[in-house]
Amino acid sequence: MSLDFGLIIEQMPDILSGLWVTLWIWVVASILGAALGFLVAAARRYGPAPLDWLLKLYVEILRGNPFLIQLFLLYFGGPFIGLRLEPIPAGLIGLTIYASAYFSEIFRAGFQAVPRGHVEAAQCVGLSRSQILRRILLPEMTMLVLPQCVNMAIILIKETAILSIITVPEMTMVIGAIGSQQYAFVDAMFLLAIFYWVLVEICDWLGRRAEAKLSKFRFAVT
Amino acid sequence: MSFKLFELMLWAAGYTVVLSAISIVIGLTIGLCVCAAKLARSRALSIPATVFISFFRGVPLLVQLLLIYNLLPAIGISVPSVVAAVIGLSLCTAAYQAENLRGGFNSVPKGLLEAADMVGLSPWQQLKRIRAPIALRLTLPALVNEAILILKASSLISVVGVIELTRMAQNLSASTYRPLLFYSVAGGLYLVICWTVAGGGALAERLTRTSRA
Repeated sequence: MSLDFGLIIEQMPDILSGLWVTLWIWVVASILGAALGFLVAAARRYGPAPLDWLLKLYVEILRGNPFLIQLFLLYFGGPFIGLRLEPIPAGLIGLTIYASAYFSEIFRAGFQAVPRGHVEAAQCVGLSRSQILRRILLPEMTMLVLPQCVNMAIILIKETAILSIITVPEMTMVIGAIGSQQYAFVDAMFLLAIFYWVLVEICDWLGRRAEAKLSKFRFAVT
Repeated sequence: MSFKLFELMLWAAGYTVVLSAISIVIGLTIGLCVCAAKLARSRALSIPATVFISFFRGVPLLVQLLLIYNLLPAIGISVPSVVAAVIGLSLCTAAYQAENLRGGFNSVPKGLLEAADMVGLSPWQQLKRIRAPIALRLTLPALVNEAILILKASSLISVVGVIELTRMAQNLSASTYRPLLFYSVAGGLYLVICWTVAGGGALAERLTRTSRA
């Protein structure tokens, strides 16, 4: 068997449009997911106890079953409760909600890892609650959670491939379709695997560089 | 939902558990070999191991599965789709488990090995008596985590036509036109399975815990 990527590369405009969909859905879902996850973590920390239980249930349910099932529930089950979504919005919403659960756990651990003494010291010098959050907790947390956030973002790139199953026209769907059309499915999948591999390695590298750059702000965790 | 249909779902959930368990065990075996290769001094061993780990961790499982499922027949190996699926899951988890094991081996306290040297244990004895037991114990939480990830990831083998829990839910919701019900039941079953494994893992961790150097 020999691989021939020519037939697939010919369809470059289609591939680029698929790549574009993959990238923007990934970026938007990562940012929204992180924002939602942060709200969940903050609400669990500062909200009343019943809210904490409710959100814990939300997080555990999302973390306890496959993304594909959640996506199917939203996309195929949604219309039965009046939620009729096109593939792209369904994929974006599904991925965001899925990501929020994992991000919230990262931020929860981040909140807990900031040394108590730092918060107490801030209270002693009379900083208000929001000042403590802005000046102490957030900057220190950022350093702690950055590696895990990069890791999660990388996991999310790979999860975007699953959106092809509900016909979101992202990279996997587009290249798969080209492969079937050209009777070169294996070649197409090889090329696709390499695309993802490169994408993931680039992100990993960027993440490590960002960490190295920011590491001078790291404080000693006791 | 009639009891008959629920029984089908339960059966499919069992299939999901069995396939995941097989993949985890095969993956652990391959992962150990890959980890050993990666830790080896010879670059002829460590470079292929690095590439293996990077590839299988860098490519979405769905793409790996589609690749393996279509590649095998193309190079003249025809196997049932369930075998291709298990191969895909095993290779993917092997890469992650190799990294987890490497972390475990690297965090074996150096003092213990120095002490072992002092009392004259051979490298093989050190591996058998000290490094492997400690590394495996340190890796246990990551292994449980990986098992849960694979249980969830196994839903993707539905796309190559293996009738496990997700595929069964898909089939039943298509034939009864009640996706909300069947996907919820599937989600509930995944939850029960994952929570059980997590609980079992926490228990195993407590039982094997000793004071750490």
